[in-house]
Amino acid sequence: MSASRFTLHRLWAIVLKEFIQMKRDRVTFGMMVGIPLMQLMLFGFAINSDPKHLPTALRAADQGPFARTLVAALSTSGYFTLTHEAATEAEAHRLLQLGEVQFVINIPEDFSRRLLRGERPSLLIEADATDPSATGPALNAVRAIADHVLDRDLTGPLARLRAKAGPIDLQLHAHYNPENITQYNVVPGLMGVVLTMTMVIITALAITRERERGTMENLLSTPVRPFEVMLGKILPYIVVGYIQVTLILVAAHFVFHVPMIGSLLLLYAVSLLFIAANLAMGITFSTLAKNQLQAVQMAFFFFLPSILLSGFMFPFRGMPEWAQWVGSILPNTHYLRIVRGILLKGNGLTEIAPHLWPLLAFLVVAMAIGVKRYRQTLD
Amino acid sequence: MSDPPAAASPGSDFAIDVTGVTKRFGSKTVVNAIDLRVRRGEIYGFLGPNGSGKTTFIRMLCGLLTPDAGTGTCLGYDVRAQQSDIKRHVGYMTQKFSYYEDLSIRENLDFIARLYNLPDRRSAVQCSLERLGLANRSHQLAGQLSGGWKQRLSLAACLIHSPQLLLLDEPTAGVDPKARREFWDEIHRLAAEGLTVLITTHYMDEAERCHRLAYLAYGKLLTHGTLDDVLASVRLTTWSVTGPDLLELAKKIRGLPGIEQVVAFGTTLHVSGRDAAALEASLTCVRDPRHEWKKIRSGLEDVFISLMDSAKDNFA
Ligand SMILES: Nc1ncnc2c1ncn2[C@@H]1O[C@H](COP(=O)(O)OP(=O)(O)OP(=O)(O)O)[C@@H](O)[C@H]1O
Ligand SMILES: [Mg+2]
Repeated sequence: MSASRFTLHRLWAIVLKEFIQMKRDRVTFGMMVGIPLMQLMLFGFAINSDPKHLPTALRAADQGPFARTLVAALSTSGYFTLTHEAATEAEAHRLLQLGEVQFVINIPEDFSRRLLRGERPSLLIEADATDPSATGPALNAVRAIADHVLDRDLTGPLARLRAKAGPIDLQLHAHYNPENITQYNVVPGLMGVVLTMTMVIITALAITRERERGTMENLLSTPVRPFEVMLGKILPYIVVGYIQVTLILVAAHFVFHVPMIGSLLLLYAVSLLFIAANLAMGITFSTLAKNQLQAVQMAFFFFLPSILLSGFMFPFRGMPEWAQWVGSILPNTHYLRIVRGILLKGNGLTEIAPHLWPLLAFLVVAMAIGVKRYRQTLD
Repeated sequence: MSDPPAAASPGSDFAIDVTGVTKRFGSKTVVNAIDLRVRRGEIYGFLGPNGSGKTTFIRMLCGLLTPDAGTGTCLGYDVRAQQSDIKRHVGYMTQKFSYYEDLSIRENLDFIARLYNLPDRRSAVQCSLERLGLANRSHQLAGQLSGGWKQRLSLAACLIHSPQLLLLDEPTAGVDPKARREFWDEIHRLAAEGLTVLITTHYMDEAERCHRLAYLAYGKLLTHGTLDDVLASVRLTTWSVTGPDLLELAKKIRGLPGIEQVVAFGTTLHVSGRDAAALEASLTCVRDPRHEWKKIRSGLEDVFISLMDSAKDNFA
């Protein structure tokens, strides 16, 4: 292979060709802009890890003032919306079983009387806990409410019934997202998800398509080198990737009001590494796949763990060790932390540096496999 | 590779000089120990039935496939070790259209010209557009062209870097007679300028326009040489019959000893066989005064079919 080394003019030839083809393929280009917008709508508006206004049935055998205060407090917490009144326990259970309500609040008939006697009456809240994430936050809120809701009603001699302060003065500071707004977490995370999805699929098709259409045979009969073809196919899509990043950032700012504390310039700069890593992955898939369907399947196979094990959908630290191990290989895991770090925490280069190396390593390995697997002959 | 650098003498008389070239796909030997020499400036016709290994052989010549066995040179470059040098000096036109259907004619040519890093790209593209009469539709997308125009585009594209050797794989399949004639005129013009052309075809009239021919079947080279050499290589005797009830006659003589081919052409029947004596003996039995019998020169097609039939006996 003496006479042909990497040359810029051949790289440029491929880049130009890809741009022209991209321009002609309106549907694909539309998808590349449409997918981020659609996912923003779906994930940005639809996902809520702190669900409120959950339908609740009340079975109140006691209508006394304490019971009323309690019910009012639960309602104003925002988590519970009283939708049903149940007269009997059987009726209440039926509502739970049917899924009509998420919670049943049971207030026993002697609630007020026993409270006044200092007998610690029971308040039973039953939950449909099939989906723990739907009930968890609400049940946590109940605890805090139950402790202090009656403080104002318990005056005079009744004051002794107030909950006593515990031995510790507990202070909680929830940094970076004190109001627990899901979108602050989800929308920046979406950048990684959208880029992974579109970048990998698009380039996974790149070489497979050439092979299926027969243009590969021609390309191979010219002096063009594998690395030139691969890089030439990656570069145009980096531009597309940046368009997507910009779209999401604009939406994050204007639609979801996500705080942007850190440097956007830094974010744009490191995005290059992530976009390139995904493109290299896609190209590598396309050298492995026999046809376009296989290529898409491979891309999907990569997309699933990128969305599930990266910490986008579920807390990373909650995963078993093997899953965390898989997750830390994936570029999306690191990019997610970089984006959230820069936007929400104001991280700088030093803070995100530990996540840059894994991205770079992934890029180099994916590219190396791709170049190696790119068949220079039709053998 | 017994003779590496010495073989790479560009001054050699032969544009293609290979021996023992073999290719196997799995257990199937698709190209079987082919020796081929093509002189510079020659138009070399490569014929053979479907699946005989023509495309595979050409792909090995231009470095798209690596031979399993065999050595040789293409334009003086070693076919195994110097594939990238070969690629720069060879124009390869694939059997299936292989340019970008979503690019215009000009964009396709421009792309190829960039890949070869032509010094004066713009004028090279313009020149090849004009030479092949593509200039006034240069903005049409390649995918919207008819077969004949696609073929012209392919030819223009594989000529754009002024190669020394053209490998054309069934360039005229599905092209109308006038366009084919023009195509061949162009090929002859190029050959006169010193270009070597290896061309595969299934058309006998095209075969006759080549300087030399090779006939391939089941991966084996059965015969090669000039048209006369090839015709002479099979001692085929052919009789032409005209007259009434030819169909009946054909039915009657098929299978008689010595009669190998009975082919109907409109109002005549061609009867041929390799054993002239046996053929004539059989024919005397069916002579009918209403028929006119004439001994004619065997056609290329008859020769090839005869070659293929005997090859089948040898390999099947
Ligand atoms: N990549 C491949 N893998 C397996 N078998 C192959 C491959 N390419 C070709 N073949 C087989 O090799 C044989 C020769 O194919 P080839 O395309 O060289 O024939 P051809 O002479 O060009 O035929 P045609 O006149 O139809 O174009 C065929 O039987 C084909 O099925
Ligand atoms: Mg063929």
